[in-house]
Amino acid sequence: MESAQFIFWRRCLAHRSFVAGGCLTGVLALSAIVSLVWTPWDPIKQNLRERFVAPSWEHLLGTDQFGRDIFSIIMQGAQNSITVGIVSVSIGMAFGVALGLWASAKRGWTEELIMRACDFMYAFPAILLAIMLVATLGQGAINAIVAIGIFSIPVFARLTRGAANAIWAREFVLAARAAGKGKFRITIEHILPNIISVLVVQATIQFALAILAEAALSFLGLGAQPPTPSWGRMLNEARSMIFINPWLAVYPGVAIAVAVLGLNLLGDGLRDVIDPRLARKR
Amino acid sequence: MSVFLAKRFLTFIVTLLGATVLTFLALEILPGDPAAVILGIDAPESAIQALRDKLGLDRPILERYFAWLGDIVTLRFGVSFTYSTPVIELVRARLAITIPLALMAMVLSAVVAFGLGVYAASRHNKPGDVTVMSISQLGISVPNFWLALLLILLFAVNLRWFASGGFPGWQNGVWPAFRALLLPAIALATVQGAILARFTRSAVLDTMREDYVRTARAKGLSRRATLWRHVLRNAMIPVITIMGLQFANLLAGTIIVEEVFALPGLGRLVLQAISNRDVAVVRDVVLMLAALVVFINFIVDILYAVIDPRLKPHDV
Repeated sequence: MESAQFIFWRRCLAHRSFVAGGCLTGVLALSAIVSLVWTPWDPIKQNLRERFVAPSWEHLLGTDQFGRDIFSIIMQGAQNSITVGIVSVSIGMAFGVALGLWASAKRGWTEELIMRACDFMYAFPAILLAIMLVATLGQGAINAIVAIGIFSIPVFARLTRGAANAIWAREFVLAARAAGKGKFRITIEHILPNIISVLVVQATIQFALAILAEAALSFLGLGAQPPTPSWGRMLNEARSMIFINPWLAVYPGVAIAVAVLGLNLLGDGLRDVIDPRLARKR
Repeated sequence: MSVFLAKRFLTFIVTLLGATVLTFLALEILPGDPAAVILGIDAPESAIQALRDKLGLDRPILERYFAWLGDIVTLRFGVSFTYSTPVIELVRARLAITIPLALMAMVLSAVVAFGLGVYAASRHNKPGDVTVMSISQLGISVPNFWLALLLILLFAVNLRWFASGGFPGWQNGVWPAFRALLLPAIALATVQGAILARFTRSAVLDTMREDYVRTARAKGLSRRATLWRHVLRNAMIPVITIMGLQFANLLAGTIIVEEVFALPGLGRLVLQAISNRDVAVVRDVVLMLAALVVFINFIVDILYAVIDPRLKPHDV
């Protein structure tokens, strides 16, 4: 008799996008972790005698306008992206899931109010409000992360409420109610465990979106401030040197695209594995 | 139907009101005294106070909100502190860039996405489908401002076919202006198109499973005729809804892409106004953008219900 976990992992490993996404995400995570203790060169230390050095074995991707090793900066940039992803998705999930569960348990006007508020957040051009928020609170990595997190709240709230409503209609919930369990206890013991897989899939997708949003804010100079390595800011700095060293505008973008692609593929794969009916339908 | 329309309209109005509150509050907590920012740090206290009186900054917050709301409703927009020009004039000049850019990107993405999506659906699970889906997956993962940089790199720096940025203005002929907007539009359209292509594909696939499609095939209609006459028409309904929802993303994207190509559009106006603490401009432009998005979604909602009679109001 094979355990459910074993079957789950075997299905995962047989899924092409899951494996591809997992590998790419693994590279992202690995470079962030390794860069905590080691990078080929110091990503912050300037060396003006070695500006714009072409790629070589010594400097895999060459050096930038300050003579810093680009490969090392990109490796450390992964830390920034992963931090942004984790923190903003946590903010979005914590508030969004709580609101969604609350709406679903209460129904009636509470649900209506929460959902209308979410619709409203949806209708707003998110990046514009993020820009305003960052401009208001002051530029910097933390404010950017909070702004991105706030805008993923309605995504999680909607998803949670929809999935939770479906579970509330199931018979085992009815049985739990008949047994005298309160709404709060049912939510924690029955609803949440049954919707967690949907939430994990969405979290992966939101992680990717957060990386994109942070890169956009940093590109506009509103996100991570120097000297923290950030892929978005690297691209912004590369703009003024596009005629001198065009490659500076290529590498950070590849890094962002690889990270986002990996997370998206991983999310797609997870969704298919968790809900094979959807996979067949798509 | 009229109940549905009334309900939708009410939601539309409430959303707009919410947008005004949010925009107003966001700028209310903006650190720094606008009067002091406008006059500079060396300005004497009396001058700052005089400007504060003139701008009405000392009045209670509720009073200022309702005064502003009254101005907006009667379409009396504010005056920019930095340009000393009415916001509406600043906006009018910039809309001549932002709106054509957004429309170009929308048309471009729709044409490419419909083509690719329908093609992929018609080759379901064959190499053609897999290729299109892989390309679109890649398209979704690429940040539009990076794509913009790559386009500049290829077409402006290497091939020298286009200028790397700037806008010649419509008065110097339609063609040069169109050329200046083409690369930005492509950068915007790629991401939108990739998302839309995926939606088109799954909408077409869903429709192809419908009974009436099987009936059409059973009565002897060719695959191609069924696709054009029965599948596409029905599949377009959800796709158009998504296009409406994407409009907000498109506008947001324009802000960044305009910055990359140094296009003097609405996006640049807002970004500059934010760094200048030009509250009147930021407030009114953000509100206009939000109103535009809310309005488009309202129209799409109504169109959706009009086009698809199966949609009972309570389902929407």
